[in-house]
Amino acid sequence: MKDDNKPITRKEFMKQLRRYEKGSISRRQFLGVTGLGMATTVMAAAVPSLMPRKAWAAPNIGDRVVLATWPNYHEQANFEAFTEATGAHVQVNVFGSNEEMLAKLQAGGSGWDVGEDLIEPLDLSKLPNYEASAFEPRFSDAGSVNGKLYAVPKNWGTTGFVVNNKHNKGARMTSWKDFWDRTKTDYSGRTMVHDYQLTTIGNALKYFGYSFNSVDPAELADAEKLLLEVKPHLFAINSDYQPPLRNGDAWMSMCWTGDGKQLNTDIPTMEYVLGVEGGEIWSDYYAVPRGAEHREAGYALINFLLDPAINAREVQAHGYPVADSRTNALLPKALLEDPILYPAQELLDALEFGAAATLTDPNRAELLARFKSA
Amino acid sequence: MATKSSWAHRLLVLPAALWLLVMLVLPLLVVFVFSFGERAPAGGYIPAFSFDNYLNLPARLTAFKNTLILAPLGTFAALLIAYPLAYYLAIKASVKIRTTLLVMIIVPFWTSILIRTYAWIYILGGRGIPQLLDWIGIEGVRLINTPYAVLIGIIYGYLPLMVFPIYVSLEKFDKRLLEASEDLGATPMKTFRDVTLPLSIPGIATGCMLVFILLMGEFLIPALLGGGKVFFVGNALVDLFLQSRNWTYGSAVAAALVIIMLVTVSIYMKLVMRGAGQREDVSLI
Repeated sequence: MKDDNKPITRKEFMKQLRRYEKGSISRRQFLGVTGLGMATTVMAAAVPSLMPRKAWAAPNIGDRVVLATWPNYHEQANFEAFTEATGAHVQVNVFGSNEEMLAKLQAGGSGWDVGEDLIEPLDLSKLPNYEASAFEPRFSDAGSVNGKLYAVPKNWGTTGFVVNNKHNKGARMTSWKDFWDRTKTDYSGRTMVHDYQLTTIGNALKYFGYSFNSVDPAELADAEKLLLEVKPHLFAINSDYQPPLRNGDAWMSMCWTGDGKQLNTDIPTMEYVLGVEGGEIWSDYYAVPRGAEHREAGYALINFLLDPAINAREVQAHGYPVADSRTNALLPKALLEDPILYPAQELLDALEFGAAATLTDPNRAELLARFKSA
Repeated sequence: MATKSSWAHRLLVLPAALWLLVMLVLPLLVVFVFSFGERAPAGGYIPAFSFDNYLNLPARLTAFKNTLILAPLGTFAALLIAYPLAYYLAIKASVKIRTTLLVMIIVPFWTSILIRTYAWIYILGGRGIPQLLDWIGIEGVRLINTPYAVLIGIIYGYLPLMVFPIYVSLEKFDKRLLEASEDLGATPMKTFRDVTLPLSIPGIATGCMLVFILLMGEFLIPALLGGGKVFFVGNALVDLFLQSRNWTYGSAVAAALVIIMLVTVSIYMKLVMRGAGQREDVSLI
C-alpha cells in the first residue's frame, strides 16, 4: 500500500504547497541566500546532447535546458517558441516551495552541484536582452552583490490578505491588526493563514509593529503567543486558500498578488488588502547555478525570456507585475493601472523584502512547526 | 556432512539477509545515527552524540497524541463498518451481487487516494454535507478541518484494506459448520459468536494490523481534511524534513515513532495470539 502511495504523496506535495510561495529576497543578503532560501527561479543546464540536435540550430547550446520554477508561472507557448528557435527543449521542474527546492538541492536529488555558493555571476555578454536601466532599481539591485550581477528579475508581487467584505458588517479592514483581531471575533473559524513561516510569522510580527523579518527571540515569542491564541479561531493553516474562499467556507486569508487578483475578478466582494503596517514585497529572479550542466542553453533561455515581447506574453499568462519598463510599455493600460497588481506607493513603501536570514532561520521554522502541531 | 549443510543453509539465507540489510537495517541505522546528531546551520547533519533531539520530543506531543488517538479509533471504526460488509459479501450475498460489490470496492483503488481525498474536501465542506443537514434543520455543522473530517477520511480510505482480509477469512471457512451449529440448536446469535467470529479472527487481526500500521504513518488525510489543524506525526515529519530542514530532530521523531510502533504492535500481537488461543492458523500478514 505504502508503495502505491508514494508517488501520490509527492504529487500531493505539489498540490498542497501549490500556492506556497513565490519567494522573496533582500538586496543585502542575496548572496547570503547562497541560492538557498532562494526565492529564485533557478536555471540549470546539462550535458552535451544525447538526442539528435536540429541541424539548423544556430548557436551550439545543447539539446536541453532545465528550469526550476513554480507552478503556473510561465507561458507554455514561449517555451515552444524557444525550442523552435534553438532546438533546445525546456524541461520544467516545478517546486512547491522554497524549502522544498532547498531540501531537494541539499539531498542532491536534482543532480545539481550544490556548494556553498550556489549560483554564478552572470556573464552579461550572453544576455544582450538584459538592459539594466530598464529595470526598477528596487528589484534589479537585489540581484547584484559587490557590483557583480547574480540574478535578473523575473516578476514581483506582494503578500497581503484577501477578505470577503460580504461578512464585514460595514467595517472594512485595512491593517494586520484588523486581520488578527477580527479573526478572534467576527471572522472566527473563517480565516486562513499560510502554511509558510515567512508570511505567517512575518504578518503576526506586524501586529506588534515589529519588522516582518525579525529574528529577535523576544519579538518572535510575542508572535508565537498571538499565533497560538488565534489558532482555535482559524479555518485552516494552508497555502491553497482559493478553493475554500470560493466556496464560502473561508472568508479571509493571507494572499499573494496573483491570487488576490484572480479572486477579486471572479468575486467582487473579495478585497485584496495590504496592511498599513507593512508586510512583504517579493521578487523572483532568473539565475544560473554554479557548475550547471546545460549552462549555454540556460543563458539562451534567460535571454529569450527577457525579450520584452516574450516577457509581455509571460505577464499575460502568470498575471504578476514585472519591473522591466520595456515590457510594461507593451502591456494593456488596464493591467498597469490595476490597484491589486500595482498598489499605491505609500502602501508599497511600508513593505519589506523577506530577508535570506529570515527564510533560513531555524528558530522561525521551528516556531511555525510548533504552532502547527500545537 | 553437518558443516556442509549448514554452509549451504547460510548461503541460501544470504540473499534474504542482504536484502534486509540494505532495505531495512541500513536506512533505520541512518535514522538512529542522525537522531543523535546536530542540525547544520543551513540544515543537514553534523556528527555529534547528544540527546537534545530526544529531549525536545515533547514539542511534538500533540502530534503523537493525535496519532495515537485517531489511528486506533480509525482502525476500530473501520472494523465496525467493514465486518458487516465482509460478512454480507462472504456469507449472504449471491454470486452475482458479490461480484458486483467486490468490483465496486476495488474500482476506487484504481484512482489515487489523493484525488479521492480531495473529493472529500468538497463533500465535507460548507457546500456538501453541512448544507444537506442545514436543509433538514440541523444548522451550523462544521465538518471540514476538524478531527471528525479526518476520521471520516480515514475510514473511507482504509475500508477496503479492512474488508478484504475479513472477507477472505469468512469466505474460506466451511459453511457446513454453520448448518451444524444450527442443527445442534444454536441461535443465529450464538452461531455467530461461537463459530463465525472465532473463525474470522485471523482476518480481523490482519485487517486491523494493516490499517493500524499504515495509519500511524498517515499524513495525507490529516493534511487535506484537517486543514493543517489536525496534526499527525507524519505531518510533523514532513514539516521537519521539507520545511525546517531539521534532519536530526526529524530523525528523532521518526525513531520515536518506530519504537512506539514496535511496542504497540508487539502488545497487539500478544493479545491476538492469546485471544485466538494459540491457534496454529493465526497468520499475521
